[in-house]
Amino acid sequence: MNSFWIHPALILIFGAALLPLVPARLKKAYLLAIPVLVFIRTIGMQAGVFGQVQYLDWNLTFGRVDKLSLVFGYIMSLMCILGTLYGLHVRENVQHMAAWVYVAGSLGAIYAGDFITLFLFWEVMAFSSVFLIWFRRRPQSLSTGLRYLLVHVFGGLALLGGMVLHCKAHNSWAFDAFDVHQPTLATYLVMIGLLLNAAVPPLHAWLPDAYGEATFNGSVFMCAFTTKTAVYALCRGFAGMEILVPLGVIMALYGVVYAVLENDCRRLLAYHIISQVGYMVAGVGLGTAMAINGACAHAFAHILYKGLLFMGCGAVLHMTGESRFTELGGLWRKMPWTFVFTLIGGLSISAFPLFSGFVSKSMIVAAGFEEHKFWVAFLLLLASAGTFLHTGLKVPYFIWFGNNKPKAEVWNRASEPPANMIAAMAIASALCIFFGCYTPYLYRMLPYPVDYQPYTAYHISETLQILLFTGLGFFLLLEKLKPEPKISLDLDWFYRLGGRAFQWVASYPIQAADTLVGELYRRAGLAPLMKAARTAGLFDNGVIDGLVDGIASTVRGVGKRLRLAQRGQMQENLAFAFAVAALLIVALVIYSYR
Amino acid sequence: MKLALFIEFLRARIKLLIRVCLGVLALLIVADAVLVDKEHAHTTIEHLPAFWSVFGFLGCAVIILASKWFGHTGIMTREDYYDE
Repeated sequence: MNSFWIHPALILIFGAALLPLVPARLKKAYLLAIPVLVFIRTIGMQAGVFGQVQYLDWNLTFGRVDKLSLVFGYIMSLMCILGTLYGLHVRENVQHMAAWVYVAGSLGAIYAGDFITLFLFWEVMAFSSVFLIWFRRRPQSLSTGLRYLLVHVFGGLALLGGMVLHCKAHNSWAFDAFDVHQPTLATYLVMIGLLLNAAVPPLHAWLPDAYGEATFNGSVFMCAFTTKTAVYALCRGFAGMEILVPLGVIMALYGVVYAVLENDCRRLLAYHIISQVGYMVAGVGLGTAMAINGACAHAFAHILYKGLLFMGCGAVLHMTGESRFTELGGLWRKMPWTFVFTLIGGLSISAFPLFSGFVSKSMIVAAGFEEHKFWVAFLLLLASAGTFLHTGLKVPYFIWFGNNKPKAEVWNRASEPPANMIAAMAIASALCIFFGCYTPYLYRMLPYPVDYQPYTAYHISETLQILLFTGLGFFLLLEKLKPEPKISLDLDWFYRLGGRAFQWVASYPIQAADTLVGELYRRAGLAPLMKAARTAGLFDNGVIDGLVDGIASTVRGVGKRLRLAQRGQMQENLAFAFAVAALLIVALVIYSYR
Repeated sequence: MKLALFIEFLRARIKLLIRVCLGVLALLIVADAVLVDKEHAHTTIEHLPAFWSVFGFLGCAVIILASKWFGHTGIMTREDYYDE
């Protein structure tokens, strides 16, 4: 064990813990320094196994570093810099702290070599990211956050159950590739836990629900970390799992269909995360070296361009207070640069030549062709037409152009966002183009040697034809595609209304039963009880009261002081509880290092 | 802001812009039929001239029409549906 090995997640957690102590004039520099430090730490990392800790009967591995974890660690810490820069002007410390702890959870899960560490950081991710929803502070934010948490707790339980069964069968907590040809219950349970975080239908509805509701910069973080950490874990554990291929293709198309219906630009982007992660899941299912390379490359490219798209739409939301297409339009006069950056994100996600999506998405499609799974390749290409249709055309057109006139208050508030947001978008745009143009940089980082050349005449011609004729279709069918001021029901309907059904059962049948029991008790039990009580009362009055009064006044005094510290705000209480838990974990880790 | 002026410049010439775009589309089809080496194509159907153009256009139309049909079967509903 190398005792000098510093986990990048620790830098973030300590950085977050110290943030409130940083003086105001140094705050912006500090906010940038910590993510940059984490990035330097991750790019300087050597392959190997580090940070092994013996705790009780468990061998915990905090630092399993290989090519797979390196490429994911690289992009996660890079995104942390961009996300923090984007929200640099946010004054509230806790927002930055929640985001950093969330990133720390993701990095911790990526470098985890065993299931216990993985699970620990997996839950840190869920319980820190929920604050990015709550900090929006709309009336519905609280319930959206609670739904997000409940769904992830369910996924976490499936993961935990699978882990325990797997450990019993193999007598080891090590997190390595599962035997995908002979899956057991443990395999499926772990996979369900991972698939929930990757938002695979039918376990996907939490994603648009949460990402559409998070704060303007919270969504920039959320869109990168949860799903792509799950993709990493799938690459690690389930390469070649056949069932993932059809699931991935369904995801890719499912997101596209809902994106047509969506009226909220950030929810549209959220549905396109499902669609894009579908490519990665299908790539993992194909399982060949090229497909896994494709899944990793696409996750890498996706984090950048999806972050960029959420930054663009987040900027519109931040400046105008609106994210619905029906309330926006013609903003090119007010926010032209935001338009250009969002368009670059749209061209990247659509896999235009010279943009990052082109060099990554096509690897997965090509792997499908090579495996002679033609239906996979053709359906994924169909989904990429849909991607351009929405993120490349619908989002820019209906926000920045279109015939819609926004309300005066929206129009007057609209203007270019603060410089730090512009800078974050500009850097992300430049990176999207860089990775699209200079392929060796990304390809060298991939887990397997790359023998693939995206820039062939045939591939360029194929892509341009699909995309540009999709563009023609868009303008011809523009009337059909007009956004409607509606929401679309998704599978969250079941638990949103299921919760209501439970409430009804609780307030009517259960309440009625409770009343009945109460009545029975009153008639049969109360009369004898009263008699006994009278006798007891004599004793009570005389002896007990004196004693009790003394205790009561002490308790009241303590309670009075406690009440000052307790304001009855659930989020704050939870925040404190999580913070204490996080500090305990850190303390434990440090203690075990000795 | 220079960029907004540039966009305004383009918008003033929208007719010309549309013609240029249509020209590019036509050029793509010609290039596909005449120039591009289709040795790397994976299936025989891809050898048809302008196959991917038709694929893109029909794909786009199918996605829009099928999704809207799906949405209007009752999936799309009023914005305050979940409010109480």
